[in-house]
Amino acid sequence: MAEPSAIPLPFAITLSAATSRSNHTGAWRTERPVYVDLLPPCVNACPAGENVQRWLYHAEERDHEAAWRELMRDNPFPAIMGRVCYHPCQTACNRASLDEAVGINAVERFLGDEALRQGWTVTPPESASGYRVLIVGAGPAGLSAAYHLRLLGHDVVVRDASPQAGGMMRYGIPTYRLPRDILDLELARLLDLGIVLELGRRVDDLPTEMADGGFDAAFLGIGAQLARRAYLPAGDSARILDALGVLRTVADGGAPLLGRRVVVYGGGNTAMDVARTARRLGSTDTLVIYRRTREKMPAADVEVEEALAEGVRIRWLSTIAYAGDGAVVVERMRLDEAGRPEPTGEFEQLPADSVVLAIGQDIDQSILSDVDGISVVDGLVQVGPDFMTGRAGVFAGGDVATNDRTVTSAVGQGKRAARQIDAWLRGQVMAAQQPRRLATADRLNPWYYSDAPAAVRPQLDAARRASTFDEVVQGLDETTAVYEARRCLSCGNCFECDNCYGMCPDNAVIKLGPGQRYTIDLNYCKGCGICAAECPCGAIDMVPEET
Amino acid sequence: MAVQRVKFYQTGSFAVGNRLLDPAMRSVQSDATRTNAITSGHRACRGCGEALGARYVLDAAMRATGGKLVTVNATGCLEVFSTPYPESAWQVAWLHSLFGNAPAVAAGVAAALRAKGRTDIRVIGQAGDGGTVDIGFGCLSGLFERDDDVLFVCYDNQGYMNTGVQRSGATPPAARTTTTPVEEQAPGNRFGQGKFVPFIAMAHEIPYVATATIADLRDLEAKVERAMQLRGARYLHVLVPCPLGWGTDASETIRIARLATECGLFPVFEAERGEVTDVNPIRHRVPVEEYLRRQVRYRHLFEPTRRDDLIARIQARADANILRFGLLDEKES
Ligand SMILES: Cc1ncc(C[n+]2csc(CCOP(=O)(O)OP(=O)(O)O)c2C)c(N)n1
Ligand code: SF4
Ligand SMILES: [Mg+2]
Repeated sequence: MAEPSAIPLPFAITLSAATSRSNHTGAWRTERPVYVDLLPPCVNACPAGENVQRWLYHAEERDHEAAWRELMRDNPFPAIMGRVCYHPCQTACNRASLDEAVGINAVERFLGDEALRQGWTVTPPESASGYRVLIVGAGPAGLSAAYHLRLLGHDVVVRDASPQAGGMMRYGIPTYRLPRDILDLELARLLDLGIVLELGRRVDDLPTEMADGGFDAAFLGIGAQLARRAYLPAGDSARILDALGVLRTVADGGAPLLGRRVVVYGGGNTAMDVARTARRLGSTDTLVIYRRTREKMPAADVEVEEALAEGVRIRWLSTIAYAGDGAVVVERMRLDEAGRPEPTGEFEQLPADSVVLAIGQDIDQSILSDVDGISVVDGLVQVGPDFMTGRAGVFAGGDVATNDRTVTSAVGQGKRAARQIDAWLRGQVMAAQQPRRLATADRLNPWYYSDAPAAVRPQLDAARRASTFDEVVQGLDETTAVYEARRCLSCGNCFECDNCYGMCPDNAVIKLGPGQRYTIDLNYCKGCGICAAECPCGAIDMVPEET
Repeated sequence: MAVQRVKFYQTGSFAVGNRLLDPAMRSVQSDATRTNAITSGHRACRGCGEALGARYVLDAAMRATGGKLVTVNATGCLEVFSTPYPESAWQVAWLHSLFGNAPAVAAGVAAALRAKGRTDIRVIGQAGDGGTVDIGFGCLSGLFERDDDVLFVCYDNQGYMNTGVQRSGATPPAARTTTTPVEEQAPGNRFGQGKFVPFIAMAHEIPYVATATIADLRDLEAKVERAMQLRGARYLHVLVPCPLGWGTDASETIRIARLATECGLFPVFEAERGEVTDVNPIRHRVPVEEYLRRQVRYRHLFEPTRRDDLIARIQARADANILRFGLLDEKES
């Protein structure tokens, strides 16, 4: 028994007391709580590698500038992304198992627009690396690579054959999805970092241009700009166009002659874009023909739904057998046992003033043909995990190297390639990232989250949509954006709710102060596991003690 | 007046803290300078609900009284695990006398303070369910009837846990204890016995009676604060699951308390002068089975043969509570 203290006792008190803190109950423990940081599903799903949960965290506190800066670490185009991204983050979001996914994309757009309103900018680097990098192609991949390389201190020159920058963001995506003032503002902010942009400047001989310009490395982000043409039996007077050409003409301010009855052939996002564009150009009868089923359609769900809402009709399991004067002959398909479409021999004639092909895009190989070491397989430039082609110092990313075919994926590839180029220039090898454990929904304790249905982004009335190129989806106001951000569950990462601190029966959780989280006092922690069980976001593991 | 619920703010007021809330709106337990009435090193079992409940109550009372508080404790786990001589886990003024007389001692302390003109110092008496509803019951009723200026808190773990899990007047039907074993004719504690002391307290028409659990911290803290605003005899009955006596996993203590309220078996409400003034509605209703099957003391309801008849009788008790207190009624916001 410990010796009672020698302090003189007060009147009528016969025994002195010592504190229980001399009894280290930590010795009882068979398991200990360990704080973990897991990979949130949204972050895991983001093709641009955005730290979604982290920027939402700042937005939750209404610190929009911090949120935007966090976003800008990975993606230079929040306002564009908030409009054109098909948000796989939301498909992966754990909140969907409670009510509905967090409206991440809408918050991103709010932050992007807020930055444009407030004129927030990123600061160019103070020191120069002395290296020069040539970027071929001013699309999402090339500009993303340019941005990250510039922030890493390199001299960056971007060359593009078109008269304006943006690539598919300008020449492929219709304005009702991405208004051009938004595109221009985000591009201008990026170029202000000191990136040299040379337009109308097609690169035909890469090795010579690299040598002449004193470039130490090059990044190919030329995209896939050639419309694929399928053999389509057609009469002399049939009017057949390709989707990219139509979209490009419209982007340039032209109005291609499509007629009133337009048939679009294909089932991807480009098919939806061109069908919706046709409606806006005055087509009263717009029909998409696709050989497989709706489930198999590569187009994003939102695109299909918005197209249908605007009056576009879609015929699944159909092919065009013949295009003639003012009509197409369509053959019905059915699925065979393996689920592949096969012809049925049933034909039908449908009126069509024009047929627009949207059956895929290929890369323009002319720039690559004479370059030693660069190989193209199945229509894609071959790159290693470091994004380098077979030719030392020449890197590639975006549509030219993958079949993802989204702006977000291209932006992500541009970023990752830039980091690899930087390492290569400096003679370093990038350490492989440790795979992080995924924060799965079964780790959550959803009791603690308030009930909060998703906020809906206002949409332009469908009737008006079909006749104008005004932006369809509207933004959220500040209050709604903050509300939406606060729906985030912070899966797998402590957000300092104090549950562990407040619920420990042994006061064995020490609070380290705002932003500093907590630590466990192992002298007293008995290992009951209440902290782990009641952690809303699953950020505590119970780990067996070694005995 | 139960806790003012915060509508949204990510976790609203469900979690202990919330960085998005104004500091003044946060819980006592989220405060790094809370009293920690029972400090580390106490010998309560792993995951003990009683240790947690007593800290919640006393920390809140310390804040509400500016630290002018005397606590009188009956014998029971709370006293034994906190005070093995010469160690004490108490960081509040604290007295212990006997198992059966805590309400009387607390009334005496309040009388002494009044005699000395120190009514600024407030008194809490506290005991387990045995000390409250059984052996201490006569002097508790006296405290109520005299309207002594004491808040008496019962930490209800539904049995005499300190002496090895014997039945008390608060042990629920069908629960196995060492004195209500599971036998052919008697499957655990008998139906139709026992008492719910919050009702008896209300019958005294004292200023304030409330129930609470350790699963709803903000509600519990608000009730302590409300009680400390009032004078006279007040009673707070807190459900504190006991992993040892109930046969539950130590990590599940809070969940078990939550399930007890969400299934309707433990109604959470407030009453003033004998009238119910507020009820905590059920948020996500669950069948009693959800609550029962996590506890070894109810295992005989499921193994070796499932006793649907007994589960149904327990469900009927929950349903009666739901009806009686309107636990599923839509609340105006
Ligand atoms: C007069 C008397 N009888 C019996 C005891 C033995 N005893 C000490 S604590 C206790 C049971 C306490 O049960 P409860 O009040 O419910 O508190 P818990 O331990 O369950 O928290 C008993 C029977 C005693 N101390 N004094
Ligand atoms: S027996 Fe029950 S009440 Fe007593 S210390 Fe253990 S868990 Fe707590
Ligand atoms: Mg007891």
